[in-house]
Amino acid sequence: MKFTKSILVLFVFLIASAFTTKTNKGYQIGDTIEDFKLKNIDDKQVSLSDYKDAKGFVIVFTCNHCPYSIAYEDRLIAIDQKYKKLGYPVIAINPNDPEVSKGDSFEAMQVRASEKGFTFPYLFDEGQKTYPKFGATKTPHVFIVSKQNMSVEYIGAIDNSSRNPDNVSEKYVEDAINSLLAGKKPTKTTTKAIGCSIKKL
Amino acid sequence: MIKKYFYSLLFVFLLFSCKKAKKAIVSKQITIVKSYNYNELKPLLEKEDNKTYIVNFWATWCAPCVKELPAFEKLNKEYASKNVEVILVSLDFPKQVDKRLIPFINKKKLQSKVILLDDINENIWIKAIDSTWSGAIPATLIYNKNNRKFYEQSFDYEQLEAELQTFLKI
Repeated sequence: MKFTKSILVLFVFLIASAFTTKTNKGYQIGDTIEDFKLKNIDDKQVSLSDYKDAKGFVIVFTCNHCPYSIAYEDRLIAIDQKYKKLGYPVIAINPNDPEVSKGDSFEAMQVRASEKGFTFPYLFDEGQKTYPKFGATKTPHVFIVSKQNMSVEYIGAIDNSSRNPDNVSEKYVEDAINSLLAGKKPTKTTTKAIGCSIKKL
Repeated sequence: MIKKYFYSLLFVFLLFSCKKAKKAIVSKQITIVKSYNYNELKPLLEKEDNKTYIVNFWATWCAPCVKELPAFEKLNKEYASKNVEVILVSLDFPKQVDKRLIPFINKKKLQSKVILLDDINENIWIKAIDSTWSGAIPATLIYNKNNRKFYEQSFDYEQLEAELQTFLKI
């Protein structure tokens, strides 16, 4: 009886600690992600399950105000235009609380998307429920997910020259998608770059 | 008459020069921020002298960074005599150094040492500075020869001072 009890306690502890790690760190490479339903700039709700023909997704936490996000706007449009037809559309999500970051309100998102001519959905993480599941910490922060198993294949930066598009020598996101399209795992699964911390109260 | 004229001229001259000298002291404007690549910055992140270093990664465009700067400035002032030094590592875009960073430092009268980190290899140096750093700023490294800790977070003065205290005790 005592033995069973201690096993049970241990079990509960393990479950609890595993759960804690998950909530703190968010998705890791190989993890299966949950779908989400978030409001797009056209006021329609968007879920990953809406994309019947996709092979995967380039989920990018980004925003209006961050200079690193702004520096990548044109490159994100180019990635979407190149890879959407190959089955990997860009899904942009603004994770910031507009109460803290004034320039990142839903209305401001609509304005920016139309100014830049975003070719991809630009979703608002209302109530900030989605970004913690991913463990996103900054903008921009990319998660590439393959649709089979909905597993995380890549986490990190878009390329190796955030500040200057002319100096890019390694296109992390494109390289990862190309590998996946070829039926292989990406060679680099995690990269790092400077970004703006996600704004919360 | 000539003598009187001479004295008044001398008086005016003294007044002018005095005013000029005073002005130079009041507004000690900086005109240059030294730029480092990671290999040049690295020695500043691993000194083994008797000081405790607080290295804050920030940028003028980062609102929470700007908000917490007064805490670092205050700490630098209060603990200057206790072997503590604050280094503010700016991640401003190099082309905005003259337009934004230098005017900002002068306007806020920053007293802590400000340097620019200009290095494209973010994927290498972010991990090298601390394996847990995702790359988000603000971020702060506190270290001395005995202890080292990295914080991907914002600070207020009380929190920062409390963290510093743990380094000074050892």
